[in-house]
Amino acid sequence: MIEDLDGTGGADGPPPAAVSPSTRSSPGGLSGNYAIELQGISKRFGAVLANRDIDLRVERGTIHGIVGENGAGKSTLMSILYGFYQADSGKVLINGSPVSIHNSRDAIASGIGMVHQHFMLVETFSVLENVMLGAEEHALLSRSAADARTELQRLADQYQLSVHVDTLVSELPVGEQQRTEILKALYRHAEILILDEPTGVLTPQEADQLFRVLRALKARGVTIILITHKLREIMDITDTVSVLRMGEMVAHLNTSETSMSELAELMVGRKLESKSYHREVPLPADTEVGIEVVDLGVIDSRGKSRLQNLSFTVKRGEILGVAGVAGNGQSKLLEVLAGITPPTSGYFVINGHRISADKPGNPSLMRQYKVHHVPEDRLKLGLVKAFTAAESSVLGYQRAAQFNWRGLLQLDFIRNACRRLMDAFDVRPVDPRLKSASFSGGNQQKLILARELEKAPDVLLVGQPTRGVDIGAIELIHDKIIDMRDAGCAVLLVSVELDEIMSLADRIIVMFEGRIVAEVSGREADKTQLGLMMANAHQTAAGDAAA
Amino acid sequence: MSLNTSSIPLPGWIEIGVIPVLNILMALFFAGLIMLAIGVNPLQAVGIMINGAFGYDEAVGYTLYYTTNFIFTGLAVAVAFHASLFNIGGEGQAYIGGLGVGLVFLLLDDFLPAVLLIPIGIMAAGLFGAAWAFIPAWLQAYRGSHIVITTIMFNFIAAAIMVYLLVNVLIKPGQMSPESRLFDESAWLPFMHEFLGWFGVEITRTPLNLSLFFALTCCLFVWIYIWRTRWGYELRTAGHSEDAARYAGIRPRTVIVSAMCLSGALAGFVAVNEIMGVHHRLLLNFTAGYGFTGIAVSLMGRNHPVGIIMASLLFGVLYQGGAELAFEIPKITREMVVAIQGLIILFSGALALMLRPWVVRLYLRFKSVEDVVPA
Repeated sequence: MIEDLDGTGGADGPPPAAVSPSTRSSPGGLSGNYAIELQGISKRFGAVLANRDIDLRVERGTIHGIVGENGAGKSTLMSILYGFYQADSGKVLINGSPVSIHNSRDAIASGIGMVHQHFMLVETFSVLENVMLGAEEHALLSRSAADARTELQRLADQYQLSVHVDTLVSELPVGEQQRTEILKALYRHAEILILDEPTGVLTPQEADQLFRVLRALKARGVTIILITHKLREIMDITDTVSVLRMGEMVAHLNTSETSMSELAELMVGRKLESKSYHREVPLPADTEVGIEVVDLGVIDSRGKSRLQNLSFTVKRGEILGVAGVAGNGQSKLLEVLAGITPPTSGYFVINGHRISADKPGNPSLMRQYKVHHVPEDRLKLGLVKAFTAAESSVLGYQRAAQFNWRGLLQLDFIRNACRRLMDAFDVRPVDPRLKSASFSGGNQQKLILARELEKAPDVLLVGQPTRGVDIGAIELIHDKIIDMRDAGCAVLLVSVELDEIMSLADRIIVMFEGRIVAEVSGREADKTQLGLMMANAHQTAAGDAAA
Repeated sequence: MSLNTSSIPLPGWIEIGVIPVLNILMALFFAGLIMLAIGVNPLQAVGIMINGAFGYDEAVGYTLYYTTNFIFTGLAVAVAFHASLFNIGGEGQAYIGGLGVGLVFLLLDDFLPAVLLIPIGIMAAGLFGAAWAFIPAWLQAYRGSHIVITTIMFNFIAAAIMVYLLVNVLIKPGQMSPESRLFDESAWLPFMHEFLGWFGVEITRTPLNLSLFFALTCCLFVWIYIWRTRWGYELRTAGHSEDAARYAGIRPRTVIVSAMCLSGALAGFVAVNEIMGVHHRLLLNFTAGYGFTGIAVSLMGRNHPVGIIMASLLFGVLYQGGAELAFEIPKITREMVVAIQGLIILFSGALALMLRPWVVRLYLRFKSVEDVVPA
């Protein structure tokens, strides 16, 4: 198989293993051995075929990975299995017998449990209340609660899933919230557990812990389906893996017989080069500073400190990576530097302009100072879903002289400019009149990047540039960011993807609870070490030494 | 549940053409059932209504006169709606707009010629309406009081102020009825029959006046403002997503205040039609619910000026044809006509999307090419 891949050569060659799904994972055997068996599942949305003649078999007591780019049909397939959608054709067999799943109740009855990417928990309820929610057996809550408590204890012992049952969910760390979701499924007697992008919100350590739990579940005979775009996790934990591309299953493989590069190629349908982005020659010491942040702090309206005493600089032509578990102040930092939130103490200097609590900036002013911002949440901030691509392509620049003439927006000009942006950044489809919401995540992101990069900023603030973006688009996005660096732009890159930060950033700062807890060089960064820093666990040793 | 139809886009002609017509047909169907229940032939009733609205030039005049009011209040609701604000206060803003017209005319009509009085009157109507909308807008933007609640309250305050002023201050001395004196004729907006008379076209005398042209101009202005200027762009951005607006350097508070002022001004223009065009004096209750009906007009017209013109015309027909119907068929009372209007508002407002899933399914049956759903 690997030899075949090399033979395909150029990017335009036939995609590997596309013709017939290669089934190296012993297709034979009695169907009774399979916890789940899908036969010829097809699902059409209007004219789009989201799933096409999908076959899938997962043996009982194994961990099966499903990988694919965004829009490949992973979520649709799992939604069919969990009863959110009905397949147009095909059969679902659970433990060898055909079932018809019309809603999540049917799915639960068939022993399927699902852990969604965004947790379905009531934050103001305790773990116990969340677990029994919808599965209370008695009219009086106290009796149900007592039963649930006993059962939860049993499950926790059996699967080494320790949680504090009486703590409110909102007070739990994310990893424990996720365990609550798993417990919820097990409490409903799930024998098949589907996890959708489970590690997106976890630190590497929390992810390891999750994997230990999954292995324990597997050892007890639970079948697990893991949907993820992180190939490393697939390699680490799954027994078998299926690859979806454009609604079709292109491969079923035994994990031990494949490699990350093979999986990536199968997902994208072409060969990917792996690049090193680091500078060959270090920047000269006297390089001009792009952003200087001094003792910056933000206290929010509720009096909670969100950023504390941040000080750092980013030189022109340098990428500073900001690592950290989501919610430790990185987003606030971007907001402050972009002028959306004013600092409450300290200041920062951009292009000679000093922004402080007394002299706050605002987003238009920062744009005039040539600070451009690719926001973390592209759907909420970066564009307006109901706007056409052309309208979104001037968001933030709607007052620019080039787009206005005698008080009227120059729509033809804007559309043509948008078309040029789309060409330059490979945004597809190239249709400025299409609604922003109709583009895939990767194309939305490329459109936003195009808008912000095209005007040659001096300082570029980038948040989660590749979150939910296809592998093919990631490469282009990284290339464009590097182009900006090489053009002498100071880049601040916030990302939860450590691989991304490590391959792009010249220096990395790690944030924890609004503070900078460590700084390392991008070249020397080590993932385990960064993970510890993100959890602020490295500090104990360092703190002891300092004391 | 197998198909989430709300995410499937339909072409414009179905979305703003077919579905509203279907909604109205549904409403008429149920109105027909009610008529059958009280022993009236629905077809005959529809005939009387259409004839009463369009059958002769006097009817057309009245229909268009009502339409003019609905265009103003419909536009008012629509502009606020694009900024994601629900302006329920059109009634009060129109009322206070009338106060503006009344005050400037009572002060100035003896001194100034028509060419000055009429623009001043229009401006006064707009400014007073805008000012009445400004207060709830400011409270929403800077103090967080909900605009729906405050605008409703401001309707009552407006009504109380007008009663006080007309009974105690502006009333023409020596009469019982709470009305101001008649303005000088130089402040009257010409009637349509007068206007057409200048060109030798004879039509029956109706309340229809030149405000209709002004209303249509306002439609054009609103369309340009919302979709062709950067202010409209910023208004829509803030309406869709406050976060995106902030990111783009737009201050949502400024948008709230400016959108509401524009909305209030448009509602205030009802006074141009009613006070400057028809009554020529300030009087009580001239707004007659037009401000509230504007909500239904805007909903039905999908907050688009063209849709609003069509919806206004429909309500004009309902008002004028309905009055004729109540007159012709004694069994159908004035209240029955209101019930029919209510059905239309119900089906094209509250239940506007009820038929959409079926329309989508039907549409998908005929449309088998790509690009219906984005991947």
